[in-house]
Amino acid sequence: MTVTTRSSSDYRHPILEYIRQDRLPHIFCSACGIGTVLQAFANALRSLNFDMDRLVVISGIGCTGRASGYFESDSYHTTHGRAIAFATGVKVANPNLKPVVISGDGDLFAIGGNHFIHAARRNVDMLVLCVNNFNYGMTGGQMGPTTPDSAITVTSPDGNIEHPFNLVSVAAASGAVFVARWTALHARRLTKSLEKALQKKGFKFIEVVSPCPTLYDRYNRHGSGLDVMKRYREISVIRNFTDPMKAEIDYRTRIVCGEFVDTEKPEFTDLLASQAAELQKR
Amino acid sequence: MLTRQERAPIVPEEESNTKWRIVVNEDWCKGCGFCYTFCPREVLEKSDKFNTKGYYPPVATNIDRCVGCGLCEALCPDFAIHVEENEEHSKRGGK
Repeated sequence: MTVTTRSSSDYRHPILEYIRQDRLPHIFCSACGIGTVLQAFANALRSLNFDMDRLVVISGIGCTGRASGYFESDSYHTTHGRAIAFATGVKVANPNLKPVVISGDGDLFAIGGNHFIHAARRNVDMLVLCVNNFNYGMTGGQMGPTTPDSAITVTSPDGNIEHPFNLVSVAAASGAVFVARWTALHARRLTKSLEKALQKKGFKFIEVVSPCPTLYDRYNRHGSGLDVMKRYREISVIRNFTDPMKAEIDYRTRIVCGEFVDTEKPEFTDLLASQAAELQKR
Repeated sequence: MLTRQERAPIVPEEESNTKWRIVVNEDWCKGCGFCYTFCPREVLEKSDKFNTKGYYPPVATNIDRCVGCGLCEALCPDFAIHVEENEEHSKRGGK
Protein backbone atom coordinates (compact mmCIF):
# COMPACT_ATOMS: atom_id res chain seq x y z
CA MET A 1 0.00 0.00 0.00
CA THR A 2 1.58 3.23 -1.08
CA VAL A 3 -0.98 5.73 0.07
CA THR A 4 -0.71 6.22 3.78
CA THR A 5 -3.97 7.38 5.26
CA ARG A 6 -3.74 8.73 8.73
CA SER A 7 -6.29 10.10 11.11
CA SER A 8 -6.27 13.86 11.72
CA SER A 9 -4.43 13.55 15.03
CA ASP A 10 -1.11 12.39 13.58
CA TYR A 11 -1.37 13.97 10.14
CA ARG A 12 1.66 16.19 9.43
CA HIS A 13 1.10 18.44 6.46
CA PRO A 14 4.16 20.71 5.95
CA ILE A 15 2.16 23.96 6.14
CA LEU A 16 0.19 23.10 9.25
CA GLU A 17 2.51 25.15 11.48
CA TYR A 18 1.11 28.27 9.76
CA ILE A 19 -2.52 27.13 9.96
CA ARG A 20 -4.73 26.71 13.02
CA GLN A 21 -5.15 22.99 12.83
CA ASP A 22 -7.93 22.94 15.41
CA ARG A 23 -10.09 24.99 12.99
CA LEU A 24 -9.81 22.40 10.20
CA PRO A 25 -11.55 21.19 8.09
CA HIS A 26 -12.49 24.70 7.00
CA ILE A 27 -15.95 25.98 6.04
CA PHE A 28 -15.36 26.44 2.31
CA CYS A 29 -17.39 24.38 -0.16
CA SER A 30 -15.95 21.43 -2.03
CA ALA A 31 -13.96 22.70 -5.08
CA CYS A 32 -13.94 26.32 -3.86
CA GLY A 33 -10.67 28.08 -4.72
CA ILE A 34 -10.26 29.92 -1.41
CA GLY A 35 -8.61 26.90 0.22
CA THR A 36 -6.02 26.79 -2.58
CA VAL A 37 -5.30 30.49 -2.02
CA LEU A 38 -4.79 29.91 1.72
CA GLN A 39 -2.48 27.04 0.87
CA ALA A 40 -0.49 29.23 -1.56
CA PHE A 41 -0.16 31.98 1.05
CA ALA A 42 0.97 29.52 3.73
CA ASN A 43 3.48 28.06 1.26
CA ALA A 44 4.85 31.54 0.55
CA LEU A 45 5.24 32.14 4.30
CA ARG A 46 7.01 28.81 4.66
CA SER A 47 9.46 29.34 1.82
CA LEU A 48 10.35 32.84 3.12
CA ASN A 49 10.52 31.49 6.69
CA PHE A 50 8.40 34.50 7.56
CA ASP A 51 8.42 35.90 11.09
CA MET A 52 4.89 35.13 12.26
CA ASP A 53 5.17 37.66 15.11
CA ARG A 54 5.28 40.43 12.51
CA LEU A 55 2.42 39.13 10.39
CA VAL A 56 -1.14 40.43 10.83
CA VAL A 57 -3.81 38.78 8.68
CA ILE A 58 -6.84 41.03 8.28
CA SER A 59 -10.05 40.22 6.47
CA GLY A 60 -13.50 41.66 5.99
CA ILE A 61 -16.83 39.91 5.66
CA GLY A 62 -17.74 37.13 3.28
CA CYS A 63 -16.52 33.68 2.38
CA THR A 64 -12.93 34.91 1.95
CA GLY A 65 -13.43 37.01 5.08
CA ARG A 66 -13.17 33.81 7.08
CA ALA A 67 -9.53 33.44 5.99
CA SER A 68 -8.08 35.42 8.89
CA GLY A 69 -9.36 32.85 11.36
CA TYR A 70 -7.25 30.06 9.87
CA PHE A 71 -3.74 31.53 10.25
CA GLU A 72 -1.50 30.96 13.22
CA SER A 73 -0.76 34.69 13.52
CA ASP A 74 -2.38 37.82 14.89
CA SER A 75 -5.55 38.40 12.94
CA TYR A 76 -8.52 40.71 12.64
CA HIS A 77 -11.93 39.77 11.32
CA THR A 78 -13.21 43.27 10.68
CA THR A 79 -16.46 44.98 9.77
CA HIS A 80 -17.74 44.85 6.21
CA GLY A 81 -15.45 46.60 3.74
CA ARG A 82 -13.15 48.04 6.40
CA ALA A 83 -10.32 45.51 6.24
CA ILE A 84 -7.99 47.99 4.49
CA ALA A 85 -8.87 50.74 6.99
CA PHE A 86 -7.89 48.41 9.83
CA ALA A 87 -4.70 47.42 7.99
CA THR A 88 -3.76 51.09 7.55
CA GLY A 89 -4.26 51.58 11.29
CA VAL A 90 -2.10 48.56 12.10
CA LYS A 91 0.70 49.78 9.84
CA VAL A 92 0.66 53.38 11.07
CA ALA A 93 0.51 52.39 14.74
CA ASN A 94 3.37 49.90 14.45
CA PRO A 95 5.38 50.21 11.21
CA ASN A 96 7.29 46.99 12.03
CA LEU A 97 4.20 44.88 11.39
CA LYS A 98 3.30 43.42 8.01
CA PRO A 99 -0.46 43.65 7.44
CA VAL A 100 -1.93 41.27 4.87
CA VAL A 101 -5.54 41.76 3.80
CA ILE A 102 -7.24 38.63 2.46
CA SER A 103 -10.76 39.38 1.35
CA GLY A 104 -13.29 38.98 -1.41
CA ASP A 105 -14.24 41.14 -4.35
CA GLY A 106 -17.50 42.37 -2.81
CA ASP A 107 -15.86 43.35 0.46
CA LEU A 108 -12.86 45.10 -1.10
CA PHE A 109 -14.43 46.77 -4.15
CA ALA A 110 -18.12 47.36 -3.38
CA ILE A 111 -18.37 48.19 0.31
CA GLY A 112 -14.68 48.97 0.74
CA GLY A 113 -14.03 50.51 -2.69
CA ASN A 114 -12.96 53.91 -1.40
CA HIS A 115 -10.66 52.46 1.23
CA PHE A 116 -8.99 50.46 -1.49
CA ILE A 117 -8.30 53.30 -3.91
CA HIS A 118 -7.08 55.65 -1.19
CA ALA A 119 -4.80 53.12 0.49
CA ALA A 120 -3.33 52.46 -2.96
CA ARG A 121 -2.99 56.19 -3.60
CA ARG A 122 -1.19 56.73 -0.27
CA ASN A 123 0.95 53.65 -0.91
CA VAL A 124 0.49 52.21 2.58
CA ASP A 125 2.66 49.13 3.04
CA MET A 126 0.26 46.17 2.89
CA LEU A 127 -0.50 43.16 0.76
CA VAL A 128 -4.06 42.90 -0.50
CA LEU A 129 -5.04 39.44 -1.69
CA CYS A 130 -8.46 39.52 -3.34
CA VAL A 131 -10.25 36.27 -4.13
CA ASN A 132 -12.60 37.11 -6.99
CA ASN A 133 -15.57 34.77 -7.41
CA PHE A 134 -17.75 37.31 -9.29
CA ASN A 135 -20.58 37.44 -6.74
CA TYR A 136 -21.47 37.70 -3.05
CA GLY A 137 -21.04 34.06 -2.08
CA MET A 138 -21.86 33.99 1.61
CA THR A 139 -25.19 35.85 1.37
CA GLY A 140 -26.56 33.64 -1.40
CA GLY A 141 -25.02 34.72 -4.70
CA GLN A 142 -26.08 38.33 -5.35
CA MET A 143 -24.48 40.38 -8.12
CA GLY A 144 -21.57 42.62 -7.21
CA PRO A 145 -19.11 45.02 -8.79
CA THR A 146 -17.20 42.25 -10.57
CA THR A 147 -20.17 40.28 -11.96
CA PRO A 148 -19.57 40.10 -15.74
CA ASP A 149 -21.98 41.35 -18.40
CA SER A 150 -25.13 39.22 -18.81
CA ALA A 151 -24.15 36.84 -15.99
CA ILE A 152 -27.02 35.34 -14.01
CA THR A 153 -27.14 35.77 -10.24
CA VAL A 154 -29.91 35.82 -7.64
CA THR A 155 -30.39 39.58 -8.07
CA SER A 156 -29.89 39.59 -11.85
CA PRO A 157 -32.01 36.60 -12.97
CA ASP A 158 -32.30 37.90 -16.55
CA GLY A 159 -28.63 38.72 -16.91
CA ASN A 160 -26.47 41.47 -15.44
CA ILE A 161 -26.71 44.82 -17.28
CA GLU A 162 -23.96 46.58 -15.30
CA HIS A 163 -20.36 46.86 -16.45
CA PRO A 164 -17.90 45.12 -14.13
CA PHE A 165 -14.69 46.45 -12.60
CA ASN A 166 -11.41 45.18 -13.96
CA LEU A 167 -9.71 44.86 -10.59
CA VAL A 168 -6.08 44.90 -11.76
CA SER A 169 -6.78 48.01 -13.80
CA VAL A 170 -8.40 49.74 -10.79
CA ALA A 171 -5.40 48.84 -8.62
CA ALA A 172 -2.83 49.98 -11.18
CA ALA A 173 -4.67 53.26 -11.86
CA SER A 174 -4.93 53.95 -8.12
CA GLY A 175 -1.18 53.65 -7.72
CA ALA A 176 -0.38 50.15 -6.42
CA VAL A 177 3.31 49.24 -6.75
CA PHE A 178 2.72 45.55 -7.43
CA VAL A 179 -0.28 44.21 -9.33
CA ALA A 180 -0.84 40.60 -10.39
CA ARG A 181 -3.68 38.33 -11.39
CA TRP A 182 -3.78 34.54 -11.24
CA THR A 183 -6.48 31.91 -11.17
CA ALA A 184 -6.82 29.29 -8.44
CA LEU A 185 -5.26 26.84 -10.89
CA HIS A 186 -1.96 28.79 -10.97
CA ALA A 187 -1.12 27.81 -7.37
CA ARG A 188 2.65 27.73 -7.97
CA ARG A 189 2.86 31.04 -9.79
CA LEU A 190 0.60 32.60 -7.18
CA THR A 191 2.99 31.41 -4.46
CA LYS A 192 5.93 32.98 -6.31
CA SER A 193 4.05 36.27 -6.69
CA LEU A 194 3.12 36.21 -3.01
CA GLU A 195 6.77 35.64 -2.07
CA LYS A 196 7.78 38.60 -4.21
CA ALA A 197 5.02 40.80 -2.82
CA LEU A 198 5.76 39.91 0.82
CA GLN A 199 9.35 41.10 0.38
CA LYS A 200 8.34 44.34 -1.33
CA LYS A 201 7.43 47.61 0.37
CA GLY A 202 4.28 49.53 -0.58
CA PHE A 203 0.73 48.72 -1.60
CA LYS A 204 0.66 45.32 -3.33
CA PHE A 205 -2.44 43.87 -4.95
CA ILE A 206 -2.97 40.29 -6.14
CA GLU A 207 -6.28 39.15 -7.62
CA VAL A 208 -7.07 35.43 -7.68
CA VAL A 209 -9.92 34.25 -9.90
CA SER A 210 -11.68 31.43 -8.10
CA PRO A 211 -14.56 29.07 -8.86
CA CYS A 212 -17.79 29.43 -6.88
CA PRO A 213 -19.37 26.04 -7.62
CA THR A 214 -22.25 26.42 -5.20
CA LEU A 215 -23.64 29.73 -6.48
CA TYR A 216 -22.15 31.70 -9.36
CA ASP A 217 -20.99 28.79 -11.49
CA ARG A 218 -24.18 26.83 -10.80
CA TYR A 219 -26.49 29.68 -11.85
CA ASN A 220 -24.44 30.24 -15.00
CA ARG A 221 -24.30 26.53 -15.89
CA HIS A 222 -20.51 26.33 -15.76
CA GLY A 223 -20.60 22.84 -14.25
CA SER A 224 -18.77 21.69 -11.14
CA GLY A 225 -15.79 23.46 -9.60
CA LEU A 226 -13.56 20.94 -11.33
CA ASP A 227 -15.07 21.85 -14.73
CA VAL A 228 -14.41 25.53 -14.01
CA MET A 229 -10.78 24.76 -13.17
CA LYS A 230 -10.45 22.80 -16.43
CA ARG A 231 -11.91 25.79 -18.26
CA TYR A 232 -9.32 28.05 -16.58
CA ARG A 233 -6.62 25.76 -17.93
CA GLU A 234 -8.01 26.20 -21.46
CA ILE A 235 -8.61 29.95 -21.49
CA SER A 236 -5.98 31.49 -19.22
CA VAL A 237 -2.99 33.09 -20.90
CA ILE A 238 0.05 34.55 -19.13
CA ARG A 239 1.10 38.01 -20.29
CA ASN A 240 3.50 39.54 -17.80
CA PHE A 241 3.77 43.34 -17.81
CA THR A 242 0.94 43.84 -20.25
CA ASP A 243 -1.20 46.97 -19.85
CA PRO A 244 -3.64 46.20 -16.98
CA MET A 245 -6.36 48.08 -18.90
CA LYS A 246 -6.09 45.44 -21.61
CA ALA A 247 -5.92 42.49 -19.22
CA GLU A 248 -9.32 41.10 -20.06
CA ILE A 249 -11.18 38.70 -17.85
CA ASP A 250 -13.92 36.86 -19.70
CA TYR A 251 -15.00 33.30 -19.00
CA ARG A 252 -16.18 32.88 -22.61
CA THR A 253 -12.96 33.92 -24.34
CA ARG A 254 -9.89 34.32 -22.15
CA ILE A 255 -8.47 35.36 -18.81
CA VAL A 256 -5.19 37.26 -18.98
CA CYS A 257 -2.98 36.36 -16.01
CA GLY A 258 0.43 37.54 -14.92
CA GLU A 259 2.28 40.23 -13.01
CA PHE A 260 1.30 43.53 -14.57
CA VAL A 261 2.96 46.20 -12.42
CA ASP A 262 6.18 46.08 -10.38
CA THR A 263 7.50 49.55 -9.52
CA GLU A 264 8.96 51.46 -6.58
CA LYS A 265 7.39 54.45 -4.82
CA PRO A 266 7.99 56.15 -1.43
CA GLU A 267 5.93 54.42 1.23
CA PHE A 268 3.38 56.22 3.44
CA THR A 269 4.68 55.32 6.94
CA ASP A 270 8.29 56.08 5.90
CA LEU A 271 7.25 59.54 4.71
CA LEU A 272 5.21 60.03 7.88
CA ALA A 273 8.17 59.10 10.10
CA SER A 274 10.63 61.33 8.21
CA GLN A 275 8.22 64.27 8.35
CA ALA A 276 7.68 63.74 12.07
CA ALA A 277 11.45 63.66 12.65
CA GLU A 278 11.89 66.88 10.68
CA LEU A 279 9.14 68.65 12.60
CA GLN A 280 10.70 67.62 15.92
CA LYS A 281 13.99 69.28 14.94
CA ARG A 282 12.27 72.66 14.52
CA MET B 1 -7.96 -31.26 9.65
CA LEU B 2 -7.08 -28.19 7.67
CA THR B 3 -9.25 -27.24 4.74
CA ARG B 4 -7.73 -26.31 1.45
CA GLN B 5 -8.37 -22.64 2.03
CA GLU B 6 -6.52 -22.65 5.33
CA ARG B 7 -3.51 -24.34 3.77
CA ALA B 8 -3.17 -21.66 1.12
CA PRO B 9 0.42 -20.37 1.02
CA ILE B 10 1.17 -17.09 2.71
CA VAL B 11 2.13 -14.59 0.06
CA PRO B 12 4.11 -11.76 1.61
CA GLU B 13 2.65 -8.35 0.94
CA GLU B 14 4.66 -6.60 -1.73
CA GLU B 15 6.79 -3.94 -0.10
CA SER B 16 6.79 -0.71 -1.96
CA ASN B 17 10.12 1.04 -2.24
CA THR B 18 9.23 4.09 -4.24
CA LYS B 19 11.02 7.39 -3.72
CA TRP B 20 7.85 9.34 -2.95
CA ARG B 21 4.97 8.63 -0.67
CA ILE B 22 1.60 10.35 -0.95
CA VAL B 23 -0.18 10.96 2.33
CA VAL B 24 -3.93 11.56 2.21
CA ASN B 25 -6.03 12.68 5.14
CA GLU B 26 -9.35 11.13 4.25
CA ASP B 27 -11.22 12.90 7.03
CA TRP B 28 -10.48 16.34 5.56
CA CYS B 29 -10.93 15.49 1.86
CA LYS B 30 -13.98 17.08 0.23
CA GLY B 31 -13.66 15.16 -3.03
CA CYS B 32 -13.16 18.16 -5.34
CA GLY B 33 -11.01 16.05 -7.68
CA PHE B 34 -8.30 18.66 -8.33
CA CYS B 35 -5.46 16.30 -7.33
CA TYR B 36 -6.26 13.39 -9.61
CA THR B 37 -7.43 15.58 -12.51
CA PHE B 38 -4.39 17.85 -12.67
CA CYS B 39 -1.67 15.33 -11.70
CA PRO B 40 0.75 15.58 -14.64
CA ARG B 41 1.92 11.97 -14.24
CA GLU B 42 -1.49 10.36 -13.69
CA VAL B 43 -0.43 8.93 -10.36
CA LEU B 44 -3.69 9.49 -8.55
CA GLU B 45 -7.16 8.12 -9.13
CA LYS B 46 -10.54 8.55 -7.54
CA SER B 47 -11.09 5.96 -4.81
CA ASP B 48 -14.06 3.54 -4.91
CA LYS B 49 -14.56 3.96 -1.18
CA PHE B 50 -16.08 7.09 0.30
CA ASN B 51 -15.03 8.79 3.52
CA THR B 52 -17.15 9.62 6.56
CA LYS B 53 -18.64 12.67 4.82
CA GLY B 54 -19.53 10.75 1.65
CA TYR B 55 -16.78 12.19 -0.57
CA TYR B 56 -14.44 10.06 -2.67
CA PRO B 57 -10.79 10.75 -1.73
CA PRO B 58 -7.86 10.08 -4.08
CA VAL B 59 -5.75 6.90 -4.20
CA ALA B 60 -2.21 6.65 -5.56
CA THR B 61 -2.60 3.74 -7.93
CA ASN B 62 0.52 4.49 -9.99
CA ILE B 63 2.92 5.62 -7.27
CA ASP B 64 5.88 4.36 -9.33
CA ARG B 65 5.26 7.17 -11.79
CA CYS B 66 5.34 9.92 -9.12
CA VAL B 67 8.20 12.41 -9.47
CA GLY B 68 7.32 14.37 -6.32
CA CYS B 69 6.35 17.60 -8.07
CA GLY B 70 3.81 18.35 -5.34
CA LEU B 71 1.14 19.82 -7.61
CA CYS B 72 -1.55 17.79 -5.83
CA GLU B 73 -0.37 19.32 -2.56
CA ALA B 74 -0.33 22.87 -3.97
CA LEU B 75 -3.81 22.61 -5.49
CA CYS B 76 -5.60 20.84 -2.64
CA PRO B 77 -7.99 23.38 -1.06
CA ASP B 78 -8.42 21.28 2.09
CA PHE B 79 -4.77 20.59 3.06
CA ALA B 80 -5.72 16.91 2.79
CA ILE B 81 -2.86 15.58 0.63
CA HIS B 82 0.89 15.97 0.67
CA VAL B 83 3.95 14.32 -0.80
CA GLU B 84 6.70 12.98 1.43
CA GLU B 85 10.07 11.52 0.65
CA ASN B 86 10.23 7.84 1.54
CA GLU B 87 13.13 7.43 4.01
CA GLU B 88 13.21 3.66 3.46
CA HIS B 89 13.96 4.25 -0.20
CA SER B 90 17.12 6.28 0.37
CA LYS B 91 18.25 3.94 3.19
CA ARG B 92 18.19 1.00 0.86
CA GLY B 93 20.08 2.96 -1.76
CA GLY B 94 17.25 3.20 -4.23
CA LYS B 95 17.57 5.32 -7.29
